[in-house]
Amino acid sequence: MTEVLQIVKVGIADVKLGAIPDKIRTSGLGSCVGAVVYDERKQLAGMAHVMLPDSTMAKQGTINRYKYADTAMDDLLEMLLEKGASKYRLKAKLAGGAQMFTFKSSSDMMRIGPRNIEAVKKKLTQFNIPIISEDVGGKSGRTIVFDPATAQLHIRKVNHGEVTI
Amino acid sequence: MSFSQRFTDIHLDVLKEVGNIGAAHAATALSKLLNKKVDMHVPAVRLVEFDEVMELAGGAEKEVVSVFLRIEGEAPGSMFFILSPEQGEEFVERMTGMKTDVFNPDDEMAVSALQELGNILSGSYLTALSDFTHLDLHPSVPSLTLDMVGAILSFGLIELSQVSDQAIVIDTSLTDTEHSDAEAIKGHFFLFPDPNSYDPLFKALGVQSHD
Repeated sequence: MTEVLQIVKVGIADVKLGAIPDKIRTSGLGSCVGAVVYDERKQLAGMAHVMLPDSTMAKQGTINRYKYADTAMDDLLEMLLEKGASKYRLKAKLAGGAQMFTFKSSSDMMRIGPRNIEAVKKKLTQFNIPIISEDVGGKSGRTIVFDPATAQLHIRKVNHGEVTI
Repeated sequence: MSFSQRFTDIHLDVLKEVGNIGAAHAATALSKLLNKKVDMHVPAVRLVEFDEVMELAGGAEKEVVSVFLRIEGEAPGSMFFILSPEQGEEFVERMTGMKTDVFNPDDEMAVSALQELGNILSGSYLTALSDFTHLDLHPSVPSLTLDMVGAILSFGLIELSQVSDQAIVIDTSLTDTEHSDAEAIKGHFFLFPDPNSYDPLFKALGVQSHD
């Protein structure tokens, strides 16, 4: 029997799960962070594409929890556990958080990439989930694909080639 | 009232006019630069989800040449001028008579020609906008980037993303008319006013804003 491989697409401010044979992908990360949390034995993974570090920054009534690092990571963990992942086996890989532009009149928003990374890491520390590898910061956009079968995160950058971490 | 509910058809029409005036001036500037006729397309003003913003520019992963500047003053915002790399090279060739490689960051001719293109187009767009609204608007130094659409445009959505999950996209495209569709230079302007800039913009243009 042939299994049809599907690519689970994670949009901006989005969280999705994927298990073998599917792969999970998000495109064009700039200052946003792509955080993958996975259970290698179950070959199950989830990816969050977060835009902003902290949901307390929200100036709207009902918030999209997947937009903010703190709430998105809470939800990602909960979704994985619900699907039968073991909390003690969970590991993480990160990519993104670039500083795409630099301006002299640098407001806090200019540092949004590094702040997103810090916020995701803070959550992972709080959950006791180890970060196995990361490709963060810099000045380039990234497209990332995670394969739950191999626990490999494939990263493509314009002009900087491709790496697997 | 949520961000997206604040916009009626009248508001969108006014924003269309904003895009119209800005891009018309930019088209004139480009036409002088290339010594060719340049057409401007009627702007599209849409209220869309963030993912759709990227689709409008060709998809989050598409590689583009972009000139980005922050608008400072009475109605701050972000502005992008976006070209495909091939069109960027075509442009540089027409401007300088030289073949260039926009993917090579050491190609100084390409970098400075594109930077200049960005300065002229965005400067004329913004000046027109400022004259039309009588608002004090001035551009930051534009920055030239070759990268993925998602990585570039998402930066312009950060301010907005704190209040909304949708963006108003004021998208205008320019085409030079002397070439067939496939060869024509097509560039897109994306204007994202910061959330607090809509009130001064609408007020300046004589439209009641909904608060």
